[in-house]
Parts: sequence; C-alpha cells; structure tokens
Amino acid sequence: MMNTEIIGIIAMFAITLVAALPLGKYIAKVYSGQRTFLDPVFNPIEKLFFKSSGIDATKEMNWKQHMIALLAINVVWFVLGMAVLLCQGWLPLNPDQNPNMTPDLAFNTIISFLVNCNLQHYSGETGVSYLSQLFLMFLQFVSAGIGLAAAAVLFNALKERTTEKLGNFYNYFIKSCTRILLPISVITAVILLWNGTPMTFNGKDTMTTLQGDTVQVSTGPAAAFVAIKHVGTNGGGFFGANSAHPFENPNYVTNMTEMVAQMIIPFAMIFALGFYLNRHKLSWMIFSVMTIGFLALAVPTIVTEINGNPAIAEMGINTTQGATEGKETRFGAAASGYWSIATTVISTGSVNSMHDSAMPLSGMNQLLAMMVNCFYGGCGVGILNFYIFIILAVFISGLMVGRTPEFLGKKIEAREMKISMIIALLHPFLILVGTALSTAFPEQGASTLNNPGFHGFSEILYEYTSSAANNGSGFEGLGDNNPWWNITTGIVLLLSRFLPIIGPIAIAGILAAKKHIPESAGTLKTDTATFGLMTFAVIAIIAALSFFPALTLGPIAEYFSMK
Amino acid sequence: MKNHILSGIKLTLVCIVFFAGVYTLFIWGIAQLAPNNGKGEIVTYKGKTYYSNIGQAFTAPKYFNSRPSAVNYNSAGSGGSNKGPSNPEYLAEVQKRIDTFLIQNPGISKSAVPAELVTASGSGLDPDISVQAAKVQVNRIAKIRAIEPQKLYQLIIENTQQPVLGLFGPEKINVLQLNIALDKLQS
Repeated sequence: MMNTEIIGIIAMFAITLVAALPLGKYIAKVYSGQRTFLDPVFNPIEKLFFKSSGIDATKEMNWKQHMIALLAINVVWFVLGMAVLLCQGWLPLNPDQNPNMTPDLAFNTIISFLVNCNLQHYSGETGVSYLSQLFLMFLQFVSAGIGLAAAAVLFNALKERTTEKLGNFYNYFIKSCTRILLPISVITAVILLWNGTPMTFNGKDTMTTLQGDTVQVSTGPAAAFVAIKHVGTNGGGFFGANSAHPFENPNYVTNMTEMVAQMIIPFAMIFALGFYLNRHKLSWMIFSVMTIGFLALAVPTIVTEINGNPAIAEMGINTTQGATEGKETRFGAAASGYWSIATTVISTGSVNSMHDSAMPLSGMNQLLAMMVNCFYGGCGVGILNFYIFIILAVFISGLMVGRTPEFLGKKIEAREMKISMIIALLHPFLILVGTALSTAFPEQGASTLNNPGFHGFSEILYEYTSSAANNGSGFEGLGDNNPWWNITTGIVLLLSRFLPIIGPIAIAGILAAKKHIPESAGTLKTDTATFGLMTFAVIAIIAALSFFPALTLGPIAEYFSMK
Repeated sequence: MKNHILSGIKLTLVCIVFFAGVYTLFIWGIAQLAPNNGKGEIVTYKGKTYYSNIGQAFTAPKYFNSRPSAVNYNSAGSGGSNKGPSNPEYLAEVQKRIDTFLIQNPGISKSAVPAELVTASGSGLDPDISVQAAKVQVNRIAKIRAIEPQKLYQLIIENTQQPVLGLFGPEKINVLQLNIALDKLQS
C-alpha cells in the first residue's frame, strides 16, 4: 500500500517535468514575440487591453522604467484592494454576510496577495465576501504576472549584446497573464470541477447528517480560485484549511493536478531561459542544482512522515499510516510530506496537511526550503533569486581560479556585487530580526502560540520565514490575526517582495549596458557541473551560516527532545 | 510615475473585468455542464442529500466512526488542531482517545488501533478512513446491530476505494458511503 503512495509522488514529479519542457519552449516564444498557436485568440484581446488603457506596448524601456511601471501599478492595486476589503460588508456578492475587515487585517491581506505570498490571517469561510475572493483572485493572476514579467526582463537583459532597451513592461506583464497563466488555469479548473470542487454563488448550505446533526456547509466559486492559486504559485486558500479541504482538493486526482499546476511554471521558466537564450546546457545546470536541493529536502521529509510520530508509536498503537495528525486519509503521509516541501521550495504556500503538526525534522526542511527560496522558486521570482546566487558564485569562483568574473559575456564588478550581497543578506535579516523581536516581547509573541517550548519558537520563526519568502504557508496554530502580526509581517512581505525583484533587475540592466566580451579560452564556463556545484555550495553556505542557530533553537531542539 | 499610475488604473480596470469577471463566468458556465452543476458531489439516501466529500461526525457506536476533528465536522469552517508532535497536552489527549476507543471496542488489542482514528485531520472534514480503521470497528458494530461480522467485512471490501488507476495514492473508505451501505443492510 505504501508503494502506491510512493508511485504517486514519482508520477507527480515526472508529469511536471515532461510537461514543463514544451511549456518552456512556448514561454520563450511568448517573450521573444514569436508566433504561437494561441495568437488568433489572444492578439485581439491584448490589443483591447492596451488600447483601452492608452498603452503603447511596443515602446522599449530601460531597467529603471520597468521598475517604475511595476511599482506604480502595484500602488494602484494596493489602494483599490484596501477599499474592497474594508467595505466588503456593504458591497454585493456577500451571501454569508461576512463583515468588513479590520484595517490591520486588510493591510496584511492586501499586501500578502499583492506580493504573491497569500499569508492568510483570516479564514475564507468567515473572513471575506465572494466579491473579495474574486478581487483576491484577480491579484493572484496579476501578482504572478508581475513576477513572470520581471523574469522576462531578466531574460532579455541576458542576451549577448550591449543595450539599455529591455522590452516593454506592460507587454511582458499582460502576455504572462493571458498567454501563460490563463490557459493553464482553465485546464486546471475544469479538472477540479469534474472531481467535485464547487463553483457556485449560492452561499452556505444547510445539511442534516446521516446521524441527525445539523451542520452548515460553506461553498462558493472555488474551482476558478483554486486553479490560479496554484498556477500562479500564490497558495491562498478559498477555505480556511486550504488544499486539505475536501472541496478544494477532493481526491488524489485533484491532488496530483494541483501539484503539477503549481510546479509547472517554475520548472518551465528554467527551460524557457534555455530556449530564449539558446543555452540549453545552462538550463539543465540550473535545473539540476535546484532538483538536487529539492530532493535533499523532500526525501528525508517523506521518510520522516511515513515513519510517524515516535511519541505516539510509544503508546503502543498501529502507526503504519505514518504521522496522521493534520493529514487527510485520501492523500496519505507520503504525498503530504512531498507537498509540504514542494509548496515551500516554490513560493506557493498552499498546504494539503497542517505543517504545524509535521514532525520536527519535516518542519525544519520546510523552513529551509523557504530560507533558501530559490530551489525552483515562485513564478518568475525563483529565477531572479537564483540569478543572485549565480552572480555570487561567478565572483567567488573567478577569484579562486584567478580569472575576471564574467557571466554570459559581461564583466561583474563591485557595484553588481554590492547589490547581490545586499539582496542575499536581506532575506536572513528580515527573518531573524522579525523572529527576535517577537520572541523578545512575550506579550506579542509567546502569548499567541499554540504550542509550548521549542515548537512554539518554530511557530514564530516559520511565520517570518514564510513572509520573507513570500510563501504564505504557516504553522497555523499561531494566533496571528492581531495588529502586531498583521503589521510586522506586512512590512516584511513588502520589503522581501520588491527589493529582491529590483536588485536582480538592476544588476541585469547594468550588465546589459556593458560592453560584451566574446567568450575565449580564459572564460569561466558557467554551464558545467563544476559551476553548478559551486553555486550549490554558495547557497548552502549562506543558508547554513544565517539560519543554523535559529533552527537549533526550534526544530532541531524539538527533535532531540523527542528521542 | 504619474503617467504610469494613470495607465495603471485603466489597465487594472480592464484586468479586473477580464480576470475576475470573464474568467469566473467562463468557469461558472463550464460548471453548469459538470456533475451536479458544480455544486459539489452529492449522494442521495432516503430522500435526503449529503455532500459525499464533506466528512460527517459519526460518533454513535452503531456507525463506523469518523476521525477526530478540530472543528467537530462543522463545515461552516475548517482546520486542523495544529498541535505540534511533542506537545505534552496533545499527547495526553491522544492517549485519552486511545483509552476511550479501547473501552468502546472491547476485545481489540491496542496494537490494532490505527493512529489516524485517534488523530485529527488537516481539514477537520476528512470524509475517509483507512481499511484498517474500518476493520477494528467491526466487532462493536456487529454486536450492536446483531449482524454477522463476516457481512461487515464484506461491506468494507465492497466500499474500499482503490488507488487511482490502481497505481497512485492510498486506498481509502468513504465513511458516509460505508454507513449508508450499513443502514441499507438492515432496512
């Protein structure tokens, strides 16, 4: 029986990989403006988009203009989103009569959906109206589109030529939404519909159970929402229990579908880079490093979850089902463990089991996945994060072998290194400062915990790690809907979204404007296994140095206390 | 910046119409062709309808019991206990559930009790249990309902859902379906 659970996981990975290759080719075509089979559908629609908003989508921009356009439209979304959430009780499409959000919760929620994180300090059933759900779903599309557009700018900047002009931001952004996110979401939603995910506007239903109790059943337009939630690596659940909820994820088929849906674009973007630049070996180098990192976290987690909770095994009962607390019978321990790492390496943050109840070492791996934040990574931003580590690795290996550090024909100098270091260190800085502050003030931190001791500390650490990684999953026992958590994580979310986009784009823009140096015998090759190993080492060393002490206080201490 | 804000506002409005409006209506339209018009799968028994995917609280000894739930199977909400694996309070509660189960099911050895029957699910609405979790309850139900245990084992076999294509995922039993079949045996 465990065997079919393992085969299920392998199938999910294999299907994603096989489907990501042609998708990568397609994405490269979309960004380089080549013809694709969806042109007849989307050309007129996109023309309408640009015409009605008065945008000239052919005007090329430099990297600064790209970033200004990106930030400007995010400001618009923030203001509009605050208005919707603060007034949802008075607005239409609210059959369950849910009230207006409090200002601090609305602040947190809007930022969290704006930055593709979807940390949710509310429950979908009681916290938002259907109108708000639809607005949040709109943000799930466009925030993923922003990440993809930023990656497209990076692709453009990596071409071997000297230029300041890096394509048009609005063009990349809209095409990402219409040509990439939308078709995959429609396919996903249809599969969900045929497996029992609801798509209705009727509001709560009342049902008398077979045993005679009366309960209410929350429903809603979930199928459309759950599809883009995964395709855009957003992760925000329609219902409180996210993809553990039997409506959001009714069976093993939907579980496989949602898993493929959330990993496919992060996979495909790596291959898209190869097709776009015609550097397939570079793609495979990046994919291999990421996959080794992913497996190094996923395999031990799956094994730990299958082995179950030793404290419960000690009570003398049958634990062959593995660690079952917080898990659904229809997925089993293996697929739950796999999902928990998949959702944390990419920045989805949807859950099909409760991470708070996972074994200590599984919790550590989930944390590590978000601390590294570039094994595949979120829609578009995964590649941006990895790019920073490539720059660092090029510089370090350049010094080691005594060559000028170059990447794709461009010399890396002090300015680029400074930006890389700031971005690489920003992530641990935000996580550790947030955790330290919440731990230092027990009335804000400790009083909101659901578990005592080391595990309680892990809950705090997890919340800031998830925020800084724009992930959105949580150790959900944490009582996080109060001004302290809403505001501090809101600030972390903002900083950790926009700086790690601006940083890599700035580097790429600066490099693109530099003189191109043709490859020679003295060039350090960056598409080899040796360089891959070097990049992996840089990632591992930065993560270990930054986070080992914090992990020791949380999951590692809990692990040893259970022995 | 000002120009970008202005065109940003216009583009936002078009995007909202398209991604929150057109896309939603399109999926809603397709839902009208889906099983039960996209309102969730249902089963009908004795003129009453139930959501087959939403777990129900089965606590009466004459039924196959469902798993513990952090939200008492009230599907106006959802969620798990979020108890950590080493939390002493939580472990004491699990121990208590084991003791209760053994009292309610005399003659069952402790090592036959599957962990899932004494631990809460992630959603609090888990509609399923494992085959082992159904089997350990057979003696109790057979006694209360005065049925041959053999018939109940047969019922479990008939209601076991195999892995997808026989290959992917665990086997499981939908508790509601099993209990409806159980009621049908005697009606």
